[in-house]
Amino acid sequence: MFGSNRNEKGGLKQCAAMESRLVEYLDGRALPADRRAVEAHLSACAACSTRAEEFRAVWNALDDLPEIFPSPAFDASLRARISAEPARRGFWEWVPTPRLAFAITSLVILSAWISSAPRVIKSPTVISRAIQESKVSAEKDFGMIRDLPELENFDVISKFDALTELPVPPTASTQESQKEIR
Amino acid sequence: MARTDVQLMLDVKAGDEQSFELLLRRYRTPLVNFLYRMVRNTAAAEDLAQEVFIRVYRARQEYAPSAKFTTWMFRIATNLALNSVRDNRHRQMEISMDQTIDTGEDEQQTLQVPDRAPNVEQELVARSRAEIIMKAIHALPEKQRAAVLLHKYQELDYDEIARVLECSESALKSLLFRAYETLRVQLAPLVNNSVSNNSVKV
Repeated sequence: MFGSNRNEKGGLKQCAAMESRLVEYLDGRALPADRRAVEAHLSACAACSTRAEEFRAVWNALDDLPEIFPSPAFDASLRARISAEPARRGFWEWVPTPRLAFAITSLVILSAWISSAPRVIKSPTVISRAIQESKVSAEKDFGMIRDLPELENFDVISKFDALTELPVPPTASTQESQKEIR
Repeated sequence: MARTDVQLMLDVKAGDEQSFELLLRRYRTPLVNFLYRMVRNTAAAEDLAQEVFIRVYRARQEYAPSAKFTTWMFRIATNLALNSVRDNRHRQMEISMDQTIDTGEDEQQTLQVPDRAPNVEQELVARSRAEIIMKAIHALPEKQRAAVLLHKYQELDYDEIARVLECSESALKSLLFRAYETLRVQLAPLVNNSVSNNSVKV
């Protein structure tokens, strides 16, 4: 039994080796050494021998698939498609398409126009007014940050009416009177 | 003596349009047949075949005979066919199951059977056989299908087919083995009948 198992494994291995050799053998394209190996196996293996015969029969059957022919208009249609192909332009291959050329030209003109537009030089009065305005705006921003501690104080927030102005920050006297109440 | 494919293609590269015509006449039928058997639609096959020739024409200036002309040509054809098959499959998946599916395949296509069988009955039998074979080939996975068609009908060498399919020769031989193994099962009724009685029941 052990012997037959060993033979079986060896046989299966050889049958698996047929996978890459059988078609070439049947084709008549196998190298002599491969051909001899395949023939030796086929003479010993009924399954592979049957398979080889059936492969040949399939190949013969495949011959029954008839050939079809291109339609009469095939050549003319192909020539028309080839005629429509753009000719090799060499240098002219680098010339962009009309749309692209128009877009590039428009961009160039626009850039030139923008860069040639006269620059506005602000007078000293205008500049100082701008500086003043920026100062006022900065003070406003600082005011918001300055009031931030009040906004983070829960006692203040809980009494805070959203529709009214921010409560006046407590002065020294009000802080003392609050301490007395506590 | 007839010029080789390489000579013709080099002449096309040099601007000889007549050489391109000769290549066209030499390969339009094999190409159309290969593509028809891949996509199973005559209109699509012709369109794809024309596309192959157009791409060959477009590439004429860069042509260098590093491989056989047929390897190059069938590589273009196989890639186009595989893309077409996959596009068609995606399109079918998008179509509702309730709608009539136009597979684009010539399900009713009548294959032109050569006039070897003057008897009407024999002609019908031959046509049926052809349909069965065509169906079996078309049921193969695309790469196996291409391998069988290139091997059986175009008779390309193994190294050529391997280059077309971008695989090793040993992988190709395994691919062919599995394809013929499948066909062996699918075509068993045809093969057994023809072996036993020399007639076909379909």
